[in-house]
Amino acid sequence: MKLLHRLLLIPVLVWIVATLAFFLMRAAPGGPFDRERAPASKEVEAALKARYHLDESLGRQYLRFLAGVATGDLGPSFKYRHHSVNDILAQALPVSLTLGWLAFGTALGIGIPTGFLGAVYRGRWPDWGGSLLVLAGVCIPTFVLAPLLVLFFSLKLGWLPVALWGSLPQVLLPTFALGLYFAARVSRLLREGLSETLRAPFILTARAKGLGEFQLLLRHALRPSLLPVVSYCGPMLADLLTGSFVIERVFQIPGTGAFFVNSFFSRDYPMMVGLVIVYSALLLLLNLATDLAYRWLDPRVRHA
Amino acid sequence: MRPPAPSQSAPASRPGALLRSAGPVFALFATLLLGFVTSGCRPLPPADLVLHNGREPETIDPHLLTGQADGRIGSALFEGLTRYDPVTGNAIAGLAESWSLSPDGRSYTFLLRTNAAWSTGQPITADDVVWSCQRAVDPRTAADYASQYFYIENGEAICNGAETNLARLGVIATSPRTVRIQLTNPTPFFLELLASRVFAVVPRATLEKYGDQWIRSPDLPCSGPYTLESWRVNDRIRLRANPHYWDAANVRSKVVDVLAGDSAHTALNLYLSGDVDFIVDKDMFPTELAEALRARPDFHRYDYLGAYFVRFNCTRKPFTDPRVRRALALVINRPRIVERITRMQERPASHLVPFGTGGYTPPTGLEPDLPLARQLLAEAGYPGGAGFPPVEYAFNAESKLHEHIAVELQATFREALGVRIELRPLEWKTYLNNMSKLDYDMMRSSWIGDYNDPNTFLDLFLSNGGNNRTGWRDPEFDQLIQTANATLDRTRRFELLGQAEARLLRVGAPIVPLYSYVGFYALDTNRITGVHGNLLDEHPFWAIGRLPR
Repeated sequence: MKLLHRLLLIPVLVWIVATLAFFLMRAAPGGPFDRERAPASKEVEAALKARYHLDESLGRQYLRFLAGVATGDLGPSFKYRHHSVNDILAQALPVSLTLGWLAFGTALGIGIPTGFLGAVYRGRWPDWGGSLLVLAGVCIPTFVLAPLLVLFFSLKLGWLPVALWGSLPQVLLPTFALGLYFAARVSRLLREGLSETLRAPFILTARAKGLGEFQLLLRHALRPSLLPVVSYCGPMLADLLTGSFVIERVFQIPGTGAFFVNSFFSRDYPMMVGLVIVYSALLLLLNLATDLAYRWLDPRVRHA
Repeated sequence: MRPPAPSQSAPASRPGALLRSAGPVFALFATLLLGFVTSGCRPLPPADLVLHNGREPETIDPHLLTGQADGRIGSALFEGLTRYDPVTGNAIAGLAESWSLSPDGRSYTFLLRTNAAWSTGQPITADDVVWSCQRAVDPRTAADYASQYFYIENGEAICNGAETNLARLGVIATSPRTVRIQLTNPTPFFLELLASRVFAVVPRATLEKYGDQWIRSPDLPCSGPYTLESWRVNDRIRLRANPHYWDAANVRSKVVDVLAGDSAHTALNLYLSGDVDFIVDKDMFPTELAEALRARPDFHRYDYLGAYFVRFNCTRKPFTDPRVRRALALVINRPRIVERITRMQERPASHLVPFGTGGYTPPTGLEPDLPLARQLLAEAGYPGGAGFPPVEYAFNAESKLHEHIAVELQATFREALGVRIELRPLEWKTYLNNMSKLDYDMMRSSWIGDYNDPNTFLDLFLSNGGNNRTGWRDPEFDQLIQTANATLDRTRRFELLGQAEARLLRVGAPIVPLYSYVGFYALDTNRITGVHGNLLDEHPFWAIGRLPR
């Protein structure tokens, strides 16, 4: 029942956020059709505004927007004038989602093994190696890491394409560049969690009973230690799936990240609000999913 | 109770446990990877030519577009009576094979080619030309460049709603193959104007059927050298040669990929790795690397029609006084700005119209003269800068270049005149909004010429010009421009335009020019042919091709 409540709350929250975005965008100075060249005549300017209903009162524009959203139509893009927001999202969202999922897989695929080894071999070389990765991942910002990867693997060695999106080799560098930071966070969370768990009395008991090391680690210690990782997965996935402006720019990837940033600067109201709706819905759903995963993993939460 | 497992050999003997715990994650990852490979991302077959066109076009409707990146696609798809010469950038015959001009210089008659055809194979007729012009100038179309029609009879009246009958536009079909264009004044640069996108011929039936979304309609009929094959926003536009184009034999590359992206560094990487044959857009040049790249044999410098200048708001104190404007203009050290800050070998210019524009020689503006500057400032009531009101210098903040120039100007004014200015970085739309509302004191500005004639720069500052944006009004300047543009004799016309420019720069000084632009393009001339630097920065795609290895 609580689940149903939370599901019902999602559209309400999205509506509030979208409304805020709608009015905040219009409060920013300048409009979508302010350009370096003045319009040819007042009539031309008026016709342009009329076409996009910018000559109507704010209230009417808002109602028009709500009516559109209710029917699943986010409106025309003011900047990319041959495309609707729906068109652009249909093209760009799958790209960002794919890249985000792959980076998510990379983050877990690198983060969990290194964190696990770091805790198990605490203070020995696998721990040091993992720590180095964590340090690098957290400290080197993507806008430095990504060009360095391109310089080395693409321009110097010629192993991978420098940019663009479409073939498997083109996916590798952006996925790694995007995933490394998150891999580092995951690794650190797991290492701390597992180290803590390994000091717990029930581990001592299990050892005393003669449980094998492998079974002990994987079945008894790892599961509770994954909780912090799981609670981080929600925000991490939201962060990754919504596209990265930096990575998309460096690798010239046609995802949503660039639109999210640029639509504000170009005052592309419908594009901006449309993305806000998609992102906030995604975030709320992922938070919900995290809580559900938590219940599944931790009996204490389930029975509380 | 389970028997204790031997601890050391466990990992090797029980891989299943590991798979069970990490399995779902890896399975998900693998599925996605597989899904990615098999579905959504089928790479296109390779193109014959890959160009980097800079930013994603906002619109490729030839009548609506304003950006350079948009214009290049517009020109590839749609052509007008004339087109740009790939070598000089000047107008050459397009859909019209020949034309004649009446003795009074006010009436052109164009003869269409017999083989002018849409990409569907249908002939392009004089009616198509007339309808396209009427559509472009119709205020309901809302074309920013409709102002290019103001040289044509009734163009201005239609555009500002005074004349509602589109048929009264001075573009008339006198036979299925001839079009007569009636001008209000002799316009020496009219053929250049005709090559611009707002005069391109567009398919009437498609527009009437699909409305706003016509350009994305299936089987779009095109009048230019290419047709639109596919378009993915922020990725690429794929063009395919139009088999019915009148000059199809000279279209060098059959399939052209036009990439879109806004990182100059990525564009450079793509060029260096060979993924891109030619970077068409001059903004896709990483200025931080200017000195290193300039030395390479495949980087070519060219002048083009662009000017960087500072606007004064002539309606705000202290800039209501021309002496103050002139005083500030008289202390600027232009070579220093070009050598230390921009570093692209730009030409310092005290004049607005760039060197070489249409064969015109610009007059000198206000060159540095410190004593005169101090004297003018004192006469205006601010000796040594005393009592000078607080003023702001506004600039758009997305480029570091503008900030560095602002800092340089700030230091110059303080050291030379004791005048203190505050810097005000603005986000792009705020900057444009403040400029058009005259809500600034001083402002960084620039202008790119639309055609190769000094008028494209000088008519900005007409008293009623929408792009004036300084509040400066000078009837004498207006008169000089008008007289010049009604003058048939080229030398006399340039003389008058020169007088007008001198008046703008030295008497009124609502602006201070700093330098004329240069562009760099990266091109390996052993691999690619058909690209030539020219003042208009026009590089028609049809002329560009890979050389056989």
